[in-house]
Amino acid sequence: MESENKKKTKTPLTIEQKIKRRNFISFGAFFALSGGAFAGWKWLLNAQNETPGITAGARKPLRKAMNKTELFFRNFFSNKHLAKTYPKERAVKNVRVNGLIGINDDKDFDPMAWQLEVEISRTKSLKIGIEEIKALPKTEIIFDFKCVEGWDQIQHWAGVKMSDFIVHFGLDELAEKGYMGLETPNGRYYVGLEKDSVLHPQTILAYEMNGQPLTINHGAPLRLIIPVKYGIKNLKRIGKMFFSSTRPKDYWAKRGYDYYSGL
Amino acid sequence: MRWTHWVNFPVLAIMIWSGLFIYWANDAYGISIFGFSVIKFFPQWFYQYFHIPHRLAEGMAFHFFFMWFFAINGLLYIVYTIFSGAWRELVPKRNSFKEAWQVLLYDLHIRKTTPPQNKYNAAQRIAYTAIIIMGAGSLITGLAIYKPVQFYWLCWLCGGYHLARIFHFALTIGYVLFFTVHIIQVVLAGWNNFRSVISGFEVVESEPGITKKETEKLPENGIGEQKED
Repeated sequence: MESENKKKTKTPLTIEQKIKRRNFISFGAFFALSGGAFAGWKWLLNAQNETPGITAGARKPLRKAMNKTELFFRNFFSNKHLAKTYPKERAVKNVRVNGLIGINDDKDFDPMAWQLEVEISRTKSLKIGIEEIKALPKTEIIFDFKCVEGWDQIQHWAGVKMSDFIVHFGLDELAEKGYMGLETPNGRYYVGLEKDSVLHPQTILAYEMNGQPLTINHGAPLRLIIPVKYGIKNLKRIGKMFFSSTRPKDYWAKRGYDYYSGL
Repeated sequence: MRWTHWVNFPVLAIMIWSGLFIYWANDAYGISIFGFSVIKFFPQWFYQYFHIPHRLAEGMAFHFFFMWFFAINGLLYIVYTIFSGAWRELVPKRNSFKEAWQVLLYDLHIRKTTPPQNKYNAAQRIAYTAIIIMGAGSLITGLAIYKPVQFYWLCWLCGGYHLARIFHFALTIGYVLFFTVHIIQVVLAGWNNFRSVISGFEVVESEPGITKKETEKLPENGIGEQKED
């Protein structure tokens, strides 16, 4: 670059001029780029939130980035990658209760009358009682439950493997649609899960914790335990299950969180 | 490749800022000696002042976006440093640790003799190599806590989820300390040196007049000869 400059000018530049010139160019570039970066940052900071839909509450460009990042990291997902498991003694006795949305806002709920509703089609649904679920092979898991807030706890759960449940009730074809939606009976809390995570061998429909039936605050009679996701996806007190080819609505994804939230 | 230095500065700042949003949601760390809590990260006024509370979702969105820039920028720097041969000026040599001690004594005005110096002195070699390793450490521990199931082996390598989080946090504290010392050193090194970090060369006065020596990316008081452009 410099030698070119030299050729163009008739009298060779003095060293001082060269220094000045190079400094001018460098600093000019530096300030222009800094200004550009700052403008870019301001733009991102002040970017509008996405139009509320299945997801909401995040800046538009950041939501786009989250979704792209999801696609990238889904490449690394495998059913062979298992969450680390622990011996029973490591499981905590006092299991943390962190959220009660869909539970403490539903005073009329009767656990005895509960049945899981599985939507087969727009008009047809299965009603499955807890005894039917308990009759299926039981799977136990003691793993480190991770909350999006940053805490984690080694917990002991037992129930039926989701993949077993799906096969047993002939839902395989529906599961191929790509997504599963789950809701509490009152519809206040809801999550959406992509097929891979649903069929992960450690994903279970749990009815026991520490060898005892679930308590109300831990999601009795039946809850989801999905170690490949943060706690926010581990829906308590499942009322309805359905399948969809598009993302089902998701409580926290509507509040600015990543839809995928996979671990 | 001094540009990567300048890209890193705002990106790292954003990572720390958004990291605080995440940390706030479960601010469990502190330092205690014999059961007495010495430091609790962070005091309430600190959170209030920087508007940290209740921004977890936002923090995660920023953190997991800018992580890409942090990673790519760092990778570019490392690849460049390896292929340009610039690593020779950067990596500590066998006697660097001994010399670094001399640098420290000299900088603290305890010792008068100037320690040996090429582009970087021994202390700089150690510090700048360490900061690169720290950057890699942040990426690895970050990935380990970001996808602890898919990258279970990374998580294992970091000593588990808890330890990985602590490392990730401690490295950040390390950056802040590095930054503080770095700024003091830059101020002490003076304008000519600082200018070189932007323009890529440093002006050296010599007997007959002014000659110019080009130096490549000079974060601190170095006078080296190196070709660039």
